Amino acid sequence: MQMFRRLFIAAASAGLLSGLFVTLIHQVTTVPVILEAEVFEKAAEAPVPAADAATPAASTEAAHDHDHAAEDHTHGGDEWEPQDGFERTAYTVLADLLTGVGFALLLIAVFAVSGRAVDWRQGVYWGLAGFAIFILAPGLGLPPEVPGTAAADLTARQVWWVATALLTAGGLALLFYVKEPKPLWIVVALALIVAPQAIGAPQPAEYSSAAPEALAHRFIVATMIAQLLFWAVLGALSGYFYKRFVHEPAA
Amino acid sequence: MTTTAQTRTATISATRSRTLIAASMAAFLGVFMIWGVGFSHIAAAHNAAHDVRHSNGFPCH
Repeated sequence: MQMFRRLFIAAASAGLLSGLFVTLIHQVTTVPVILEAEVFEKAAEAPVPAADAATPAASTEAAHDHDHAAEDHTHGGDEWEPQDGFERTAYTVLADLLTGVGFALLLIAVFAVSGRAVDWRQGVYWGLAGFAIFILAPGLGLPPEVPGTAAADLTARQVWWVATALLTAGGLALLFYVKEPKPLWIVVALALIVAPQAIGAPQPAEYSSAAPEALAHRFIVATMIAQLLFWAVLGALSGYFYKRFVHEPAA
Repeated sequence: MTTTAQTRTATISATRSRTLIAASMAAFLGVFMIWGVGFSHIAAAHNAAHDVRHSNGFPCH
């Protein structure tokens, strides 16, 4: 437990700080675009209840019993959602902090398993690998989307996302972690990275977006910049705190 | 192999397995947190983390 405590303290320190950092970045980059896109999304949704007004009870029932994908599309409805403004921002901060600690735990667990000495500079490289695994590779098939964009079934996309991250991580590990990789291993590593992209991510039957394309484009750029900064900072801090609390705890 | 060397090897492997167990626990906890924020289908979890899911490129509605 002593070891776990050290890993946890290092991850919590790195995760909370980088979570706080990315919260600030998100507030000025991605969140304003999301709010702007929601204006278009709400405008696009507005006529639907009016059309069903003749049978309000029946249409509500039908909306609830609809297939899974449609259910995931409903915004709010009867479900709880934070009030816009302070409450919504508070939950965004909390979610950013949890994401930071979650990814820091993963990163530091990998440091420990690798058995290598990691400092803040080494950490930046590990962080960039995390960016490639969790943002770049899944983002090639499923680019970040603003609210109100048509998409395939949520579960199918989540399965593809997780599989892509795992395969990319496996491929990168074979390429960079193995000391003297045989040529065959390099081929296998590249195949692992390319396979999910070749198979392709689940796509919607029909592409549509409530928000203008320029906004969707701006969102992808904003997300990529925010996440690149997040992973670089998370990697550096994870390396720094790992060295301080785990690798050289006495120092 | 001398007794001292054997003891040292045993100590190293015990430390190594303790590290692996601790790292697995840390990784499991990390995955659980990321899953809760980014992947849970519970509506309240989705709505609370909505902006972060979009910002992180996690699959969302």
